[in-house]
Amino acid sequence: MNNEPMIRTVNLHKSFGALHVLKGVSEHVSPQEVVSIIGPSGSGKSTFLRCLNMLEVPEEGQIFFEGVDITDKKVDVNLHRQKMGMVFQLFNVFPHLTVKQNITLAPVLLKKKSQQEADDMAMELLNRVGLADKADNKPGRLSGGQKQRLAIVRALAMEPDVMLFDEPTSALDPEMVGEVLDVIKNLVKGGMTSVIVTHEMGFAKEISDRVLFMDDGMVLESGTPSEIFNTPQNPRTRDFLSKVLM
Amino acid sequence: MSFTTICENIVMLLREYWHVFLIEGVSYTLLLSVITVFFGAILGSLLALGKRSRFRIVRGIITAFVEVIRGTPILLQLYFGYFILPMMVPALNLSAFTSICIALVINSSAYVSEVIRSGIQAVDHGQTEAARSLGLNARQTMLRIVLPQAVKNILPALGNEFVMMIKETSLASTFFVGELMTSYLKVKGATWLNLESLIIVGVIYFVITFTLSKVIAVFERRMRAGE
Ligand SMILES: Nc1ncnc2c1ncn2[C@@H]1O[C@H](COP(=O)(O)OP(=O)(O)OP(=O)(O)O)[C@@H](O)[C@H]1O
Ligand SMILES: [Mg+2]
Repeated sequence: MNNEPMIRTVNLHKSFGALHVLKGVSEHVSPQEVVSIIGPSGSGKSTFLRCLNMLEVPEEGQIFFEGVDITDKKVDVNLHRQKMGMVFQLFNVFPHLTVKQNITLAPVLLKKKSQQEADDMAMELLNRVGLADKADNKPGRLSGGQKQRLAIVRALAMEPDVMLFDEPTSALDPEMVGEVLDVIKNLVKGGMTSVIVTHEMGFAKEISDRVLFMDDGMVLESGTPSEIFNTPQNPRTRDFLSKVLM
Repeated sequence: MSFTTICENIVMLLREYWHVFLIEGVSYTLLLSVITVFFGAILGSLLALGKRSRFRIVRGIITAFVEVIRGTPILLQLYFGYFILPMMVPALNLSAFTSICIALVINSSAYVSEVIRSGIQAVDHGQTEAARSLGLNARQTMLRIVLPQAVKNILPALGNEFVMMIKETSLASTFFVGELMTSYLKVKGATWLNLESLIIVGVIYFVITFTLSKVIAVFERRMRAGE
């Protein structure tokens, strides 16, 4: 049972108009696995990640999440999204809600929890990321790092089976990157299945079970961090790493 | 005609005809504007909603309607309301005031629907994506995430539409329905004091719209500060 991948994509193709962004991506993510995706800008990393929860709808191919083909039009993708948390580069916290309401809105609205249960859980999550004192504030005045920590626990409140991160630290001031990476590290240590698009090579090396190198809409190489970072096989991987690891 | 004479005439007009200006004129102007913006907002919301319909034909009809209303003069629409509308539906026995109201409401709804559409569009798309990624459906996302934020853009714009309408309703005086500009026509007709009547009406319009604009600006600032 545990060998069945949590997410499996089959030959994903996605275009924006004439621009062919994903050119047949077949990948898988096992339960409790931590997969990082690296690659040059515009290579389709975000698009691939956003296909996993159908924020982008691929023209061709299938996505199996916990055994269900969520590209099937008869499937209610909203139900499956509840089990897939997503964290965005630009945080996308809800500015009209308080920090606590940001967390409780979805679980209560989607009837996963009563308001009381959700409130309790929100406080627990906020404690965990050091934001408990901000619970009743609007997120407007939070720093970038605080917003991103809020966005992470907002996703966790739905008790997802997998977390998708799209460059969670690249919009942050350098001094705030650490606090967000720490939250993700703790999450991953706790066994959270994660797919992380990142430009932080050190971070990818440290926490990943597997690293994917994407270029030009394809996964060109996949391996353990040491395979990818120490003995890359594909010349394009070598070329990319030599540029970013200078 | 000296400055003092003008001033004296104005004082005299205000003493003799204050109720025509301030009671009839102002109340009808405000009444027309309130009715117009209120029903215009309701109809405009429905139009904005319809513009997001799944059905292409619904979207097409609404777009055509909005473009026609925005592309023709409001005075022409008032003529249409005043002369053609009662002819088309004689059974309703529309009064001049009602016909003009209907024309103004229709005009306003087209503008309001655009105000709402652009207010919704101004909400960062990332908000929708975050909500959908949590599992909210399109409707829940609109009601709980997008609209509450769009209101901050829409309400001040609706207030400005109200200020605009206060000025636009002056065109209804063409049909003598009794708002401020009609007061001017009446008093001018009775006294032949053209300039003085115009000054009085102009000052009243200005005081109303200027005050309202300031109130809206304060309101808008409060709302933005609330975040
Ligand atoms: N909604 C969209 N409409 C049109 N083009 C898009 C859209 N989203 C992405 N693209 C284009 O698709 C290509 C791949 O984009 P994607 O965001 O997946 O790249 P990426 O690997 O995440 O890059 P980066 O490292 O800069 O984030 C880019 O050329 C981008 O401009
Ligand atoms: Mg990207």
